[in-house]
Amino acid sequence: MRHVIDILDLSTKEIDELLCVAEDIIENPEKYREKCKYKKLATLFFEPSTRTRLSFEAAMMELGGNVIGFSDANSSSSAKGESVSDTIRVVGCYADIIAMRHPKEGAPYAASFKTEVPIINAGDGGHNHPTQTLADLLTIKREKGRVDNLTVGLCGDLKFGRTVHSLINAMSRYENIKFVLISPEELALPDYVKKDVIEKNNIPYVETRSLEEAMGDIDILYMTRVQKERFFNEADYIRLKDSYILTPDKLETAKADLVIMHPLPRVNEIDTKVDDDPRACYFKQVLNGKYMRMALILKLLEVEV
Amino acid sequence: MNIDSIKNGMVIDHIASGKSMEIYELLQLEKLDCQVAIIKNAQSRKMGKKDIIKIDSDVSIDFEILGYIDTDITVNIIKNGVLVEKRHLSLPEKLVNVITCKNPRCITTVEQGIDRIFKLTNKENGEYRCAYCETKAKE
Repeated sequence: MRHVIDILDLSTKEIDELLCVAEDIIENPEKYREKCKYKKLATLFFEPSTRTRLSFEAAMMELGGNVIGFSDANSSSSAKGESVSDTIRVVGCYADIIAMRHPKEGAPYAASFKTEVPIINAGDGGHNHPTQTLADLLTIKREKGRVDNLTVGLCGDLKFGRTVHSLINAMSRYENIKFVLISPEELALPDYVKKDVIEKNNIPYVETRSLEEAMGDIDILYMTRVQKERFFNEADYIRLKDSYILTPDKLETAKADLVIMHPLPRVNEIDTKVDDDPRACYFKQVLNGKYMRMALILKLLEVEV
Repeated sequence: MNIDSIKNGMVIDHIASGKSMEIYELLQLEKLDCQVAIIKNAQSRKMGKKDIIKIDSDVSIDFEILGYIDTDITVNIIKNGVLVEKRHLSLPEKLVNVITCKNPRCITTVEQGIDRIFKLTNKENGEYRCAYCETKAKE
C-alpha cells in the first residue's frame, strides 16, 4: 500500500503523471465526477487547518466520494488519551484513504505502519506538507508550461519554512533549475538543505539579502512570511521586516511573465495592491491544490483514469 | 591479570577505551548466562588504551549496533579454541530501537509502542537522522 508522507515518496515520473491527471481534471471535470463513488476519505485533523482540510474534502466530493473525520483533536478520541496508532487502526476500518494533519513531526509516518489504508500527510508540525508542494508544482506547470529550466526565487523565512524546503527537494530533481535564496541572514536556508539537496545535485544558487537585486533574474517568486518571533533581537526584525514585503514598486524590474506564489496564509508580506497584478498566482495555487489532491486520491486508490 | 581463553564464543576487540559498558548495555549482555569478561583500559599498540569484551558462548549478537558505536571495533569468532572469523564492521543503514530522538516535537517522544528508527543519511560523516522527523542523531 502506498502512502505519501514526503514529496520524495513520489518519483518525478509519478509527479509528472499527477500533473497530467490534474490538468485533465481541469479540462474535463465531468469525467471524474463519479470516479470515487462509494469511497470514503477520512480527514483526521489533530490540529486545526481550515484551508487544507476543506481542500481535501472538496477534492473527494468532486470525485463523487464521501468524507468522514474530525477537524480538531478535542473532538476525537485523542482527547481521551488515545494514541495515534490506535486512532489510525480504528479509522482504517471505516475509510478507504486517510488525510492526516498532526502537530507532532513524523506522526503520519508512524501512522503508515498501522494501517493498510493509504495515508496522505496533510502537514506534520513544521516538517512536511507534500500536497502543498504538489499544488506549487501544478501552479508552476500551468503558468510556465514546464517545471524545468527555471530560475526560482525563494524569499523570506527560508530557515523554518517547510514549504520552501519541500519545494527545493521537489524541484532539485528537474533539469536546469537555479535557485535564488533571498532572506535575512537570521532566516537563511539551513545548511542541511543547501548542502544535502542543492549542492549535492550540483544546482547553481545564489544567496542575497535584497529582493530588489534578485527581482530581474527570476521566473518564479515564492514568498513566505518573515515572522517576528524568529528573531532574537527586535531591532533586527524592525530593520529587516519591510525588505521582504512585496509591493508594486518592487515588481517594476521583474519579468513580464514572472509567477508570484505564496503558500498562504499571508499577513503583510505581499501588499494587497499586488493581488490585481496578473502575475499574482497565490489564489490560483489554492485552486490547484484541490486538483492535485484529486489526482493524488485517484492514484492512491488505484482508480483508473 | 589473567582472563581464561575462550573455547566457543567471541572477543569484541578494539573498543575505544571507556565504551565497553555502553556496548554491554546496548547488546543486553546482562541477559546472558555464560561468562562475560569486560576488560577496561587494556594496553594497545595501535590505540594506546582499549576495552575488550569476551563472551564465552556461541551467542548471536547485533553486529549493526556495534557498527554504529564504532566501525573500528573487530569481532573475533572462536570455535573449538580456534579463531575462525575476524569480522570488520560497517555503519548500518538503519537503527531500530537503539537510540532515541531528541527533538521534542517528534512523534516518538509521545507515542508509546512505536519503533525508534534512525536512517544513515551520510556515510562519509556517519550521520543518522530520525526516520520520523529527520532530526540528526547527534549535533
